[in-house]
Amino acid sequence: MFYIYCPYCGEHREEEEFHPKGQAHIVRPKEPESCSDEEWGDYLFFRDNPRGIHHELWVHAVGCRKFFNITRHTVTYEILETYKMGEQPSITAETYAPQSSESEAARVAKQAGVRA
Amino acid sequence: MSQQQPNRLQAGGRIDRSRRLSFTFNGQTYQGHAGDTLASALLANGVDVVNRSFKYSRPRGIVAAGAEEPNGVVQLGSSEAAQVPNVRATQQALYDGLSARSTNGWPNVQRDLMGLVGKLGGQFMPPGFYYKTFMAPASMWMTYEKYIRKSAGLGRSPTEPDPDIYDHMNQHCDVLVIGAGPAGLAAALAAARSGARVIVADEQEEMGGSLLDSRELLDGMPADRWVAQVLEELAGLANVTLLPRTTANGYHDHHFVTLHERRTEHLADIAPLKDGRRQARARLHRVRALQVVLATGAHERPLVYANNDVPGNLLAGAVSTYIRRYGVVPGNKLVLSTSNDHAYRAALDWQDAGREVAAIVDARPNPTGDWIDAAKAKGIRIITGSAVIEAKGDKRVSAARVAKIDLDAFQVAGKVEELTCDTIASSGGYSPVIHLASHTGARPTWRDDILGFVPTLVKGVSAAGGAHGIYALADTLADGVEAGASAAAAIGHQVLSVELPEVAAIREGATCALYQVPHENPTLRAPKQFVDLQNDVTAAGIELATREGFESIEHVKRYTAMGFGTDQGKLGNINGMAIAARCLGRSIPEVGTTVFRPNYTPVTFGAIVGRHCRELFDPERYTALHQWHVENGAEFEDVGQWKRPWYYPHTVNGKVETMHEAVARECRAVRKSVGILDASTLGKIDIQGPDAREFLGRIYTNKWEKLAVGKARYGLMCKDDGMVTDDGVTTCLGDNHFLMTTTTGGAAAILEWLELWHQTEWPELEVYFTSVTDHWATMTITGPEARHLLSEITDIDLDRDGFKFMEWRQGKVAGVPARVFRISFTGELTYEINVQANYAMHVWKTLFQHGEKYDLTPYGTETMHVLRAEKGFIIVGQDTDGSVTPEDLGMQWCVGYDKPFSWIGKRALSRPDTKRSDRKQLVGLKPKDPKVVLEEGAQIVFDPKHPVPMPMVGHVTSSYYSPALDSGFALAVVKGGQHKMGETVYLPMADGKTHEAEIVSPIFYDPKGERQNV
Ligand SMILES: [Zn+2]
Repeated sequence: MFYIYCPYCGEHREEEEFHPKGQAHIVRPKEPESCSDEEWGDYLFFRDNPRGIHHELWVHAVGCRKFFNITRHTVTYEILETYKMGEQPSITAETYAPQSSESEAARVAKQAGVRA
Repeated sequence: MSQQQPNRLQAGGRIDRSRRLSFTFNGQTYQGHAGDTLASALLANGVDVVNRSFKYSRPRGIVAAGAEEPNGVVQLGSSEAAQVPNVRATQQALYDGLSARSTNGWPNVQRDLMGLVGKLGGQFMPPGFYYKTFMAPASMWMTYEKYIRKSAGLGRSPTEPDPDIYDHMNQHCDVLVIGAGPAGLAAALAAARSGARVIVADEQEEMGGSLLDSRELLDGMPADRWVAQVLEELAGLANVTLLPRTTANGYHDHHFVTLHERRTEHLADIAPLKDGRRQARARLHRVRALQVVLATGAHERPLVYANNDVPGNLLAGAVSTYIRRYGVVPGNKLVLSTSNDHAYRAALDWQDAGREVAAIVDARPNPTGDWIDAAKAKGIRIITGSAVIEAKGDKRVSAARVAKIDLDAFQVAGKVEELTCDTIASSGGYSPVIHLASHTGARPTWRDDILGFVPTLVKGVSAAGGAHGIYALADTLADGVEAGASAAAAIGHQVLSVELPEVAAIREGATCALYQVPHENPTLRAPKQFVDLQNDVTAAGIELATREGFESIEHVKRYTAMGFGTDQGKLGNINGMAIAARCLGRSIPEVGTTVFRPNYTPVTFGAIVGRHCRELFDPERYTALHQWHVENGAEFEDVGQWKRPWYYPHTVNGKVETMHEAVARECRAVRKSVGILDASTLGKIDIQGPDAREFLGRIYTNKWEKLAVGKARYGLMCKDDGMVTDDGVTTCLGDNHFLMTTTTGGAAAILEWLELWHQTEWPELEVYFTSVTDHWATMTITGPEARHLLSEITDIDLDRDGFKFMEWRQGKVAGVPARVFRISFTGELTYEINVQANYAMHVWKTLFQHGEKYDLTPYGTETMHVLRAEKGFIIVGQDTDGSVTPEDLGMQWCVGYDKPFSWIGKRALSRPDTKRSDRKQLVGLKPKDPKVVLEEGAQIVFDPKHPVPMPMVGHVTSSYYSPALDSGFALAVVKGGQHKMGETVYLPMADGKTHEAEIVSPIFYDPKGERQNV
């Protein structure tokens, strides 16, 4: 069970208080009518499934009801940061450098071809 | 006393000889002492056979002294309600009146009625039995399974309710120390003295671990003296919580550790009363720790030799534990077979207890070290370069066959000598207890220098002592201090120095790598050499698996079922991997690692459930009118967590109406005079802000820009894939103020949906959402007499043309402030009266005072369903399923195709798939036989003569009997149905009958909608 820092409440709370809402930073096209069917389908249905760094949208459902983002490692489940709506992650798959003390699994994220 | 307990020593051990306890095992009464475990008491009484083995029905005795015990697994409980399966006798404290039975004992552990199966076992259940035999024919599984389970047994659950209570506790700490042996206590001391909040959990009856049976001295004193000192200091510190009898069973994400504390299981099988109150039998501590120290020690590995399962074969360390901690020497004459120095203390303890050691058989050619010298000094015979290759005996060891072995060639290298004995202790080295670290998903690492896996540790976790292969006592203590101090320092605590007791260094030689012992015959023809005693997995079974092409240990495990028992293969997994590696000519780490999953030991469901059972299993939500419904005989339906009146059966001439009769009466009342529904559970969201109207236009499919204050409108909501997700009426209360209603079940999800779009996509809109579902009670009065009834108790002008359909008015009803909405879900003239929830009962009762002359009839959800379906009004989630567009519902009238903003769901409606003409579309179905009420969910076909499988073209979504039509009727989705009006479809049923129905408009009643305007 995750222990999640809500950037609005400023506290760590149990996962039971939150709902996961999928991949973060999916932006709805500004002009849906000018999207091709394929572009619209990509927006609707296609999501990344990386082994490693993943940015996720969560909501503090039974807390402050605010949506925010999490950068999480999908192998170790480590939450590397949480940040508010409108902000950008400071850690990405490209910049992530696992500390030497971390497990083999964490280093896998840096290997080529891992990101979908 | 010794007469009754032939293996009990006159002195020594940590038991209280002044407190005698009586207990029964398999119906026979025995005596033990306070401080015993069930296992130590059984051994004291000379009980050799405690179980029959799972597959071969071989007699089995106690092997270990702790959680790793594979054989001494019993069914506990003196009454039916108190039954507990899978209790390890080695971990169950003895209490007066304890009653236990063998788990695998049917029909009787002593008599081998399963002998036939046992003797045929090799053929009857070869390795891969489950794969080969049970896969086909599938029907035979039921036959096999029944007998295998009954005869082998895996324990049974009680058939009566559990009288005990269990608690959950949420805990937070700086440092969680798991295990209170030398490493754990040292770590706890270091962390505690820094002021950090420390929890120490230890699974045993007493804290101290290996120090409780150690031969070594600390500061010149017996080791248990130091344990007592440390525990006294820790107990006196306010920042320390000591949890004995507490197993850390699961290591979950982000240092969430579940601790299972057994609070009364050492006292009785049902928690005794304390101060007249029921005590919690167990607590499940849900611990969030900043730092965790794993001081879980190591499990000794037995050697794998022929007939190593005959009672009297024990772990060397267990022999020492029984002698030194419990004052029980589990036999008369010992042979010790070892690959290491440390096991020698079993022989020394045995001889100190006054019993005979036939020999120590050491696999190493030239063992040297302090323990070896001590054994030599005591005159014990040491046979080097050799091992016990086979045990003799049936229900008890009678001799050990010993031979020189060639470790590299894996063969017997000399003559066999037979030594008479009744006990064989073995030790093949130690396996760090890495289970909890393994739960985090980190794969362990093999270390050749310690011949074991050590844990890979995630951030915030450290291991101390035996848990990562540090075994010498002085080193273990120092390692514990280091781990505790580092953990405290890592979270900013100032660590004070911890002075360690002086421990004499012991010279120990290297352990040799010995897992399976070679036999004169090849493994496949030697007597059985057991690897996993609980699941009857043998070395030959593993060798067979590798011959059949299973190369990964994960596959070998599944093929042989090794490690699949309740003990998770604590004793056997490493030996099994070593055997697979030998057969495959690889190293152990090349064959794989070992994965453990929660829970470390079995946990009762009671502890997992805690107080979340019975009425606290899930919250029940009641409306403000609930008590009235109860008093008026309502039957209730669960809608989400809500209890909603389903129907109100009357008693007519002493006979209670059936649901069908009650619903027909309620329906007639609404259509003829007036009915009343408690609609308070409908979701209500208050929406305010200058951009509220714009927001509604984006989130609903239809238009909102022109909705005037005082007006209400039905709205349909889609997801961006164009599929309907909710519906409801939204009312304009003020220019910047709306009240949205949602389906009862969708209320919370829709609020989250609104917030999602506002917060993530349109934060520039100024709009605010507040759930007001519980603030307002909603009473729907509906039927031709609704206006007459309401006019008697309101100051609102109800004039037909002044207060029109789809409008709302504010005023007083029964003297209290109310919002009255003229909307209709029944097709009849309807007023929805909303009042502050705490006024609801007054208003409801006032309505009934005035309602008698109009035959005011309360109705429930079932009647509501019939009435709305007669009008073709959908229920989202019943008539839709996430694959239905507004157009599929024929609700184009509710779609604003030309709205300027591309609202949620619009773009998807022009995708090729949503434009298909053969999509399933909502229609009405009229059964050809009016007496037929079609089954909801029934599949629809166009051609009943089509060979099976018939193409299925839709299904029934809602179906009822209509009193108004005196006929069954249904709503359904049918491929291209909107263009098939008047056509006949067929519904083949499971009983072979086929119903016929005509596709009709979904509006069955009052198609012109005149009745709501009377
Ligand atoms: Zn929050």
